[in-house]
Amino acid sequence: MIRYVESRLGLDSWGRRALRKVFPDHWSFLIGEIALFCFIILVATGTFLTLFYRPDAAVVTYEGPYEPLRGQEVSAAFDSVMRLSFEVRAGLVMRQIHHWAALVFVASTVVHMCRVFFTGAFRRPRELNWIVGFTMLMLALGLGFTGYSLPDDLLSGTGLRIGYSALISIPFAGPYIASLAFGGEFPTENVISRLFVLHVMLLPGLTIALLGAHLAILWRQKHTQYRGPGRSESNVVGKGLWPYQALLSLGVMALTAAVLALMGGLVQINPIWLYGPFDATTVSAPSQPDWYMGWLDGATRLFPPWEPTVFGVTIPSMFLPAVLLPGLFFTVVALWPFIERRLTNDAAEHHLLDSPRDEPGRTALGVAGLLFFTVLTLAGGNDLIALTLDIQVESMTRFFRLAMFVVPPVGGALAYRICRQLRDSREHPLGRGSGVVLRRTEQGGFEEVPRS
Amino acid sequence: MKAERVVRGCFALSLAASVGLSLVYLAGGSRAWEGVLLAAALGGIAVGFILWATRLIDAPDNVEERREQKPGEGLGLISEVLEQSVTGVSRRKVLAGLASGAAASLGAALAIPSLSLGPQPGRSLFRTLWVPGIPAVDSEGGRVRPEDVPLSGIITVFPQGSEGAGDSQAVLLRVAPDLLSLPEARASWAPQGCLAYSKICTHAGCPVGLYRAQARELLCPCHQSTFDVLTGAAPVFGPAVRPLPQLPLAVDEDGYLVAQGDFSGPVGPSFWNVTQ
Ligand code: FES
Repeated sequence: MIRYVESRLGLDSWGRRALRKVFPDHWSFLIGEIALFCFIILVATGTFLTLFYRPDAAVVTYEGPYEPLRGQEVSAAFDSVMRLSFEVRAGLVMRQIHHWAALVFVASTVVHMCRVFFTGAFRRPRELNWIVGFTMLMLALGLGFTGYSLPDDLLSGTGLRIGYSALISIPFAGPYIASLAFGGEFPTENVISRLFVLHVMLLPGLTIALLGAHLAILWRQKHTQYRGPGRSESNVVGKGLWPYQALLSLGVMALTAAVLALMGGLVQINPIWLYGPFDATTVSAPSQPDWYMGWLDGATRLFPPWEPTVFGVTIPSMFLPAVLLPGLFFTVVALWPFIERRLTNDAAEHHLLDSPRDEPGRTALGVAGLLFFTVLTLAGGNDLIALTLDIQVESMTRFFRLAMFVVPPVGGALAYRICRQLRDSREHPLGRGSGVVLRRTEQGGFEEVPRS
Repeated sequence: MKAERVVRGCFALSLAASVGLSLVYLAGGSRAWEGVLLAAALGGIAVGFILWATRLIDAPDNVEERREQKPGEGLGLISEVLEQSVTGVSRRKVLAGLASGAAASLGAALAIPSLSLGPQPGRSLFRTLWVPGIPAVDSEGGRVRPEDVPLSGIITVFPQGSEGAGDSQAVLLRVAPDLLSLPEARASWAPQGCLAYSKICTHAGCPVGLYRAQARELLCPCHQSTFDVLTGAAPVFGPAVRPLPQLPLAVDEDGYLVAQGDFSGPVGPSFWNVTQ
């Protein structure tokens, strides 16, 4: 078999080099791989789902085996997801694996980006790949949002509705953009079929193309590596692709799939039969979006009731928290390699990674950004938190408004100090130092200095 | 060797789990067992491969040299080839300008059909289907008399013939008339204390579906905007800024509720030229 291919393509020497390609061995390099594997699992399970899903808003009567909804008028889309969940064998487990994989996909992408950020792996010459990766994150969010909306249940309808009001809030162009995107005033009939095309064709197609580019650039530029004996800016030290890295990656892929299968089988997610079909006149309370959207929901909740009119132009209260805030946040993230280069005047090539403590400023900023995101995400559940703690929603909102401004800078400053201390003490926060400090005693002997 | 035996065991376990998975499917399927067995089948492979890589293989570290990319270097060869396109052209700028102009206008021409995606918003955002004299009906199409409106709850009403219409839905409720403190101009809008407000939240468009009858407040579950029904649904808490537009009501000869006209303002979330 190998000989057959070789005699036609002449790949012997290239193949040998490729199989020997060096991959530095560190667990943090596997996070990006997990994102890749999630995507593969999403394509596989998604293909299965597509065979049963109907992107159709036509009204039908539900007549399936789920008693409480029988006889209700639902959309054909909702009906098909119900059939997939209750009547298609292995349908429900596939759907749940798909949803869990989507959540883990975005999560591992974000963690991978954090790794790249905190270790400075985005610096020259890898700015380009940062942009490619960032674009894939945007696509992943788009995929998540469109996919969430496809079952046409009550919860997804709420998400769409809020998306519509965010679009319409854009000054001047908003009403036009919203009308073009939704095919008229919300709710419209065409939206399901449009979301479907985006979700199964355009967005995954773009993702696959960018994924190819991401990996090709990585291959061409070679891996970054952490500092260590024998490692320098001009070499890469690590295990070869075959057999070590290949077997390890296969193992991690199977492990990712195994965990997702376990969650898909045992942990219920998005039970649309409990939410019921979409209905323009009702909303499920409390409604929670998928985790990566929660921060925008939180920002919307915290924003004060303020809708100024400037020169006859109203700035809707959705515009700042739901459009401008994420817009600015993501712009800074996307352009970070260039911003940092400006700030530090460091245009040199870097292949050795920083430890987060080496760059206290960058680490502090990253920590502050993550805390900002966390506070807003928690604020997105303020009604749930208020309910559990038996506090007024109003006071929760006030608390989070304060936290949003206080927590990130304080956390950032704390991170800055810790980094400085670690850097000066040269101690690893997790690994214990192996040596002990000896002190000469007055009698001329030695004694151990107790570690503080 | 011990590790090797473990790896063998993992693959064997995976094999058994896969067989089990097929059996479960053939026996009619079960979400939980399918998940568990699939996880075992994959997990066996996972642990097997990972142990194989980390325990069985004694792979030495390889060292590869990098090739440093200096700025500006390495483009000589490419530009040499690229230059061929302009040999024999006398006015390059004009040619290049025209070519890009053609490409750009073609792009624009091809993008214009995206306007078919939706209608021009026009006045539609300022209007709903309520017209003077149209009866207010519930979601089943039944007409409503003031006495039918509960004092402690809400009914969702639509203009007759458009039951379920998204932008025209209104909440109908009733309070004792002497409690009302509506704006002067709306004095005649609430026959026998019946009030109708747009059900679409002026914040982000969720249906305002909760009524706290004690406090006489409508509450939106999405971000907890709260509206005081006695004063024309002015927001009292939460991120909403505009009051819920009010529907002027009247009672016709037969004693049923009808609309005097459209809502007092544009319904739903704000946009740049929304009228207050
Ligand atoms: S949509 Fe009603 S409060 Fe946000």
